[in-house]
Amino acid sequence: MLRILHDTKYDFIKPWRIAIGVTVAFIATGLIFLGVHHGLNRSIEFTGGTLVQAEFAKAPNVGDLRSTIDAAGFQGAEIQQFGSDTSFTIRAAGHQTAGGKVENTASEIQTALEQKYGKANVHIARTEIVGPRVGDELSRNAMIAIVISLGITLIYLAFRFEWRFGVAAVIATAHDLLSTLAFLAIMRLEVSLTVVAALLTVIGYSLNDTIIIFDRVRENLKKARPEPLYDVLNRSINETLPRSILTHVTVAAATLSLLLFAGEVIRPFSWIMLFGIVTGTFSSIYIAGPVLLWIERRWPRNIGGKAGSSPSAKAAPNRPTSPRTPVGAR
Amino acid sequence: MSNLKWRLAIIGVLVLASVWALYPRNVKVRQRRADGTFFDTTTYRVPLRRGLDLQGGMHLALEVDDSKGVVANKPEAIDRALKVVRTRIEGLGVSETVIQKAGNDRINVDIPGVDDRERAIKIAQDQAFLEFQITDKTGAFEKALPRLDALAREKGFGGAVASAAATTSPSASAPLGGLLTTGTDTAAKGAAAKSDSAKKDTAKADSATLGAGGPISKLILGGQMPGQFLFERANYDALKNFFESPAATAALPPGKVVRFGSDSTVIGNKVYRSLYLVDERPIITGEYLTDAKPNQSPLEGTIVEFTLSNEGGRRFQRETAKHVRDYMAIVLDKVVMGAPPVINSAIGTRGQITMGGKDLQAAQDLALVLKAGALPVPLRVAEVRNIGPSLGQDSIHKAFTAGAIAIALVVVIMLGYYRFAGVLAVGGLALYVLYTLAVLAGFDAVLTLPGLAGFVLSIGIAVDANVLIFERIREELDRGKTVRTAIDEGFRHAMSAIIDSNVSTILTAMVLYQFGTGPVKGFAVTLIAGIVASMVTSIFVVRTFFLLWLNRSRGAQTLSI
Repeated sequence: MLRILHDTKYDFIKPWRIAIGVTVAFIATGLIFLGVHHGLNRSIEFTGGTLVQAEFAKAPNVGDLRSTIDAAGFQGAEIQQFGSDTSFTIRAAGHQTAGGKVENTASEIQTALEQKYGKANVHIARTEIVGPRVGDELSRNAMIAIVISLGITLIYLAFRFEWRFGVAAVIATAHDLLSTLAFLAIMRLEVSLTVVAALLTVIGYSLNDTIIIFDRVRENLKKARPEPLYDVLNRSINETLPRSILTHVTVAAATLSLLLFAGEVIRPFSWIMLFGIVTGTFSSIYIAGPVLLWIERRWPRNIGGKAGSSPSAKAAPNRPTSPRTPVGAR
Repeated sequence: MSNLKWRLAIIGVLVLASVWALYPRNVKVRQRRADGTFFDTTTYRVPLRRGLDLQGGMHLALEVDDSKGVVANKPEAIDRALKVVRTRIEGLGVSETVIQKAGNDRINVDIPGVDDRERAIKIAQDQAFLEFQITDKTGAFEKALPRLDALAREKGFGGAVASAAATTSPSASAPLGGLLTTGTDTAAKGAAAKSDSAKKDTAKADSATLGAGGPISKLILGGQMPGQFLFERANYDALKNFFESPAATAALPPGKVVRFGSDSTVIGNKVYRSLYLVDERPIITGEYLTDAKPNQSPLEGTIVEFTLSNEGGRRFQRETAKHVRDYMAIVLDKVVMGAPPVINSAIGTRGQITMGGKDLQAAQDLALVLKAGALPVPLRVAEVRNIGPSLGQDSIHKAFTAGAIAIALVVVIMLGYYRFAGVLAVGGLALYVLYTLAVLAGFDAVLTLPGLAGFVLSIGIAVDANVLIFERIREELDRGKTVRTAIDEGFRHAMSAIIDSNVSTILTAMVLYQFGTGPVKGFAVTLIAGIVASMVTSIFVVRTFFLLWLNRSRGAQTLSI
């Protein structure tokens, strides 16, 4: 029987200060990037504007391409290589169209390119034109979607577990959201609807992970022998460790094949998933655990009829900051 | 053991149902011939619907345009507009179009395979409000000219356009004189194609004296028929702006309105366009129209022939009888189409609209929008996405490569780590892929590129439940339980974690479905289908495999897991 990390007894909760320091530093870095770049790199779905993806017969000179687009009246349009050096996306912000009508922007860019490079040498693979109102609405909907999914999760977990677990899981998930946003800001990935979908998938995935650990905590708490929550948490994390590793490896395998082989359109999605695996694992151990302990200390559970031990007396030694007894060495 | 037989039977039925759902079959597809007509054909393929981003096509979002006046009851108006847009787009004859309302004031239109962006937009967006209005023959425009001139002077219109006119046409210094001569020219030219009465009316128009010198009147020449006036094309925008202003509308004689013409005329070396003064009240509108067909006539070029309903026909006959020898302007969306024909006698239920120099496709499109009826509210384009078919093909190809590699990796990991139990898990994974695709086909869900990515990802996530169960079985074996008990306990204890984690993911996916659009909705659907299928395979199918194995090797002491 091939086994990895079987029957381990690591104290996962102990370095929680370091872990939180690292994640706060990462999120702060993300905020700095956000400040420097004036917000996230949002796709035209959110900002409104026009996007044209053009495939050229042979790689064009980027300077030439830029001047062609400028001459067509789209100064300040963003020109980016898309995958190969014969494929470019041209992103014109807002509605800087000569004809005045939103829907004409793409045609004007297309005409300009065809005049410059010849109709046979340039092929328009994709165009997107989004009015400003649609973009605002989408941004709002994306925010609502994220908030609602967190809310629904909280309710479900409170119902299935206990409110303490629900709050801890949701805080861990909110952390994943923040760190993924920081990752988006640092990598300058384009935030499209697909990326929002990836973000929600990361939320689901990280929650999955937290739930698996909490499920084990729930089970271990039911066992007869009284044990501080600190130790129960650690034991539960250790017991679920092989599962966590194996699942993360298979998901990472699928994500990597997406990243490497599924093409340019899916790439931001794959990056976020890959990062999500890391942050999801991290948060279910280092955020959900300590938060649960903290909530437990503030609002102790009423340990139902267990031999007169008062909740506060029970909870006091559970503090993560308490003198550290090595786990398992009881 | 009947329990096991039942389990196997259920799996068998699920597999058969899945294979049936996915079995390639004849799918009716409508295609367009080069000449623009449609024909139905059948292709043999797997019945999975591909989204616009995979098969190429166009997504269009239209919203109520309230920039020109407030729209009173938006939700109600958009419902009526939706019906009109649907009829028009379905008239295009492309299969699998999706036309639906989004929110309170938007219409989403998905047209697979369409590459002519502008044409599709025009068909969806044209208001297509058809009116028949009698041109003025009382010389009311000429009488109103001094008032219009005064108004134009007040507004400072004269200076701007006079200079524009001076630069564009230096020879047009004497409009009135020019009017008389060129007017006659045109009349003579036009007369060849017109009836005698037209000539007489033109002569009358020519003899009318327009007040010379005003900023408006010096730009305008008399036309070939009563109520028609010509002006140089360069002045079109200025005049259009002027006549659209409320003050100018108020200065016109009561019950009369100005409409611009669609065609231009070349006189000498100059291009002229026309405007018409017509009765505000239309003698009939497009609401009585029952049919419209494009046609080509050697004399008039491209035309659209229309038929009115019986009621409309009666009304049309009554009205035209009152207006014999008058000219009838056919006004589409406030633009006079072609030259207004003269009414020689009462007209019944049939008529035609001349399209000038437009091609047959333009006539086809006009017939289509006329038949579908007018839009109750003006619409503007909120969003257009256009994806070429080759890009979609490329995406499918790449997603398949990624999927195949992902499956291979997961299989290697599971077999390497769990050995025999891994084989069972891989068997479960194969059924997982089959079931998921079948669910997608069964619910007629649309497969999009993010959806495909979600599917590939779910292959990695799908084995999670297996991993949970297998690890649990190992723990139970460690505690010295027999193989059979360990398997039972493993499945039992892993259940709560599997259900809780999957239900919370499904909840997230449902939120995504609710708030997402197009491709993202596809992603949510794939995710939900994947989670349900993975729960079925890991809890039920793999369990059955274990039971089958236990049954075969009764009293097995060891389990390769």
